[in-house]
Amino acid sequence: MELFHLKRDIPFMRYARSTIFASVFFIVASIALLATKGLNLGVDFTGGTMMEMGYPAAADVTSIRNHLAKNGYADAQVQNFGSSTDVLVRLPVKAGITSAQLSERVVAVLKQQEPKAELRRVEFVGPQVGGELFEDGALALLVVSIGIVLYLALRFEWRFALGAMFATAHDIFIVLGVWSLFQWDFSLTVLAAVLAILGYSVNDTVVVFDRIRENFKKTRMTDVAAIMDNAKTATLGRTIITSGTTQIMVLAMLLLGGEVLYGFALALTIGIVVGTYSSVLVASPIVLWLGVSREDFLKPPKEDSGAVV
Amino acid sequence: MNRYPLWKYILIVAALLVAFIYTLPNFFGDVPAVQVMPLRSTEKVDAVLLQRVEAALKTAGVSSTGVSLDPRGVKARFADSDTQIKAKDALQTALGSSYTVALNLLSASPEWLTSMGALPMNLGLDLRGGVHFLLQVDMPKALEKAAERYQGDIRTLLREKKVRYTGIGREGESVKLRFRDAAQLDAARKAIEEAYPDLQLDESQIGEEFALVAKLKQVAQIKTQEFALKQNLTTLRNRVNELGVAEPVIQQQGIDRIVVQLPGVQDTAKAKEILGRTATLEIRMVDEERMQDPATVQAAAAGQSPFGTEMYFERNGQPVIVKKTVVLTGEYITDAQPGFDNQSNQAAVHINLDGRGARIFKNVTRENVGKRMAILLIEKGKTEVVTAPVIREEIGGGRVQITGMDSTQEANDVALLLRAGALAAPMEIVEERTIGPSLGADNIERGMNSTLIGFAAVAVFMVIYYQFFGLISVLSLSTNVFLLLALLSMMQATLTLPGIAGIALTLGMAIDANVIIAERIREELRNGNSPQASLAAGYERAWDTILDSNITTLIAGIALFWLGSGPVRGFAVTLCLGILTSMFSAVTVSRAMVNLTYGRSKHLTKVSI
Repeated sequence: MELFHLKRDIPFMRYARSTIFASVFFIVASIALLATKGLNLGVDFTGGTMMEMGYPAAADVTSIRNHLAKNGYADAQVQNFGSSTDVLVRLPVKAGITSAQLSERVVAVLKQQEPKAELRRVEFVGPQVGGELFEDGALALLVVSIGIVLYLALRFEWRFALGAMFATAHDIFIVLGVWSLFQWDFSLTVLAAVLAILGYSVNDTVVVFDRIRENFKKTRMTDVAAIMDNAKTATLGRTIITSGTTQIMVLAMLLLGGEVLYGFALALTIGIVVGTYSSVLVASPIVLWLGVSREDFLKPPKEDSGAVV
Repeated sequence: MNRYPLWKYILIVAALLVAFIYTLPNFFGDVPAVQVMPLRSTEKVDAVLLQRVEAALKTAGVSSTGVSLDPRGVKARFADSDTQIKAKDALQTALGSSYTVALNLLSASPEWLTSMGALPMNLGLDLRGGVHFLLQVDMPKALEKAAERYQGDIRTLLREKKVRYTGIGREGESVKLRFRDAAQLDAARKAIEEAYPDLQLDESQIGEEFALVAKLKQVAQIKTQEFALKQNLTTLRNRVNELGVAEPVIQQQGIDRIVVQLPGVQDTAKAKEILGRTATLEIRMVDEERMQDPATVQAAAAGQSPFGTEMYFERNGQPVIVKKTVVLTGEYITDAQPGFDNQSNQAAVHINLDGRGARIFKNVTRENVGKRMAILLIEKGKTEVVTAPVIREEIGGGRVQITGMDSTQEANDVALLLRAGALAAPMEIVEERTIGPSLGADNIERGMNSTLIGFAAVAVFMVIYYQFFGLISVLSLSTNVFLLLALLSMMQATLTLPGIAGIALTLGMAIDANVIIAERIREELRNGNSPQASLAAGYERAWDTILDSNITTLIAGIALFWLGSGPVRGFAVTLCLGILTSMFSAVTVSRAMVNLTYGRSKHLTKVSI
């Protein structure tokens, strides 16, 4: 079976202006969202206590919230988590009470109301640790970006490195933008997913770049845009099938992996879609506009060859 | 052109064989077991303990499927969890409170695998349930405590040297001394410099007043902090031992933090209480008069202690009657080290007391020469006499030596108890992650199911889309799974839920290399090349692309590992290893299969791709 047997190159570059425009629009929109609404940072980063409780029957979130408020925990956030019998309770950091006491007291209060409620998970992160996790995450993002730019600049050319970086930044901003728009919980595992998207997106872009480089060396075509179109058409089958198979795995995780992996899988699902788009339609136009040409990839002629007469 | 030399096939088969063997233990599952560990880390784990466990099981009529000895304790396996619980109760009663008897799960993999070092991966807390704590040691408090100690020491020193000062006080982490004139200050400075080289001294003069500020030097500060952390680690270890956790993790993290992981612990409240508890140490006088009378001792042993006294047992079982008045508490002890008595060369423990403790101790010892004093450790609401030595002479200066121990082992033991009884600096829980056991079981099931179903879907798609080559890709992807699991098992990595996610993601991405190769081969065929040439060119041309794209992902994985913590790390490890194994399986293993299938036919006309 073959779905992508294309006789003629698809003129991707003709639409470069619109695809880049769309990307820039989404990036700006994402940045605007991040600046105004911000990310709904989870307890991993803000510090605080998160408790998952299992109830024997469907739990009434409102009555649980009221019960907690009556007992002095008015600042508790209560929501269903995955199923109607699972409840997630979140509490901000409280001065003067240690985490150890806080989660136990809350469990005791919840058990007054429903003795069969079972504590399934507690996550407490102190405010200081939360801040460090956030810093480390940001640092990881920076280090990965620099590492990848350096590698691509060495293996390819600086314009390619910048093109790949722009495409990747595009993916990350859009994923973060979506997270900000829906105010989903941004946890440590979502951050890991964002970094994995970074790796995946660059991986995808590099495959296309590799073909462009090969075309530069092989063909005598001088029209850079045509060379790029040819490379992208040749790799289109691979691009779509790989993102498809990765998406199958990620969707399985999203649908069957349970609540703990849900955010992680959701970020990857979105990231793979935008990553595939950007590696075909965003990365190479940037490289073209930065003024790459065939000469950049031809080996410099050997200097001593002229001496032979 | 599509043939591998024999050695390459042998290499591949060998790699797969090793991978298979090391993956195998993960599939055998667990058997219920009971683990017996001595409560004190200084107590011996030897064949004697093994025999005691075997004997205890026999008397209780509980049949075990195997009892074994390892450096940490004795492990006994059982057929089912009912027997396991019965055995636990029987062993706890038989061995008494100086041993921890914990429920555990042991790998059911056969002996020959274990003896080859093929062990299953450990399951992380999120898969088996348990508690994870990150504790922060309050280092400024440790330095303040040190300053307090030096304040007392300096006061004693200056009195001995007859240096006159007008005031001494602690200000945060430093000690400030005031003098009336420069000569006294100089004398003090000389004396302190000589006695305490760890202190940094700064002079100042305001009007008529001469001041000297003593502070720990940078190096000494670091040493003090390291010492505080080490002591807290030891204390925590002892406390965790009491909890009866089968495989606890207690590790230093960074310069001032300690990670405690207690798998399988369900009563988190109790765990927190025990970790946060302060064991107390007390020094009290032995009531010698009443000890003279055998009748009183007997009555005391039966629970009838005379007024104003209490009866406790020494570690050898001897009863001791001690007065209720507490002479000193463990707070005054700054350090305890095992060593030898200078004159008799007997095993001894050297204790350092702080300034106030030293003064009290001096007075008490002066008044009680020839009598015995008891050092009591109160832990878990239980009091034990660590040792009850005879006072030979007045002891000043805060340096106390206890002899009368049977061996250096016992001296070590006592020093550890004295040191570990209390925390060097207070600690606070700054991170906690508790996973209930039912959630752990859910997590592992869901994680595994989603990976398997995803894998099956990818496999079906690949076979439909690439036919025979798709089958080869699926087979090479399966070898990738084995290689990855084998590497993780060899490293004895801890498998966590994000780790499973990492495996799933690398599987999705690992198929990429196969797709790149397949698309290349198709392209070469389309261009009119012969099938054999297309196969060869497909693999060769694809290699560069595979390398470039994987290295960029690897960079991301390494950074994640480097900067990530906890859950992120598990993901990063599987991602990085998965990339490496996928490069081997997608290129070498799949090529070998292609070569075996097509390589020998000279007039190959069609490739199923």
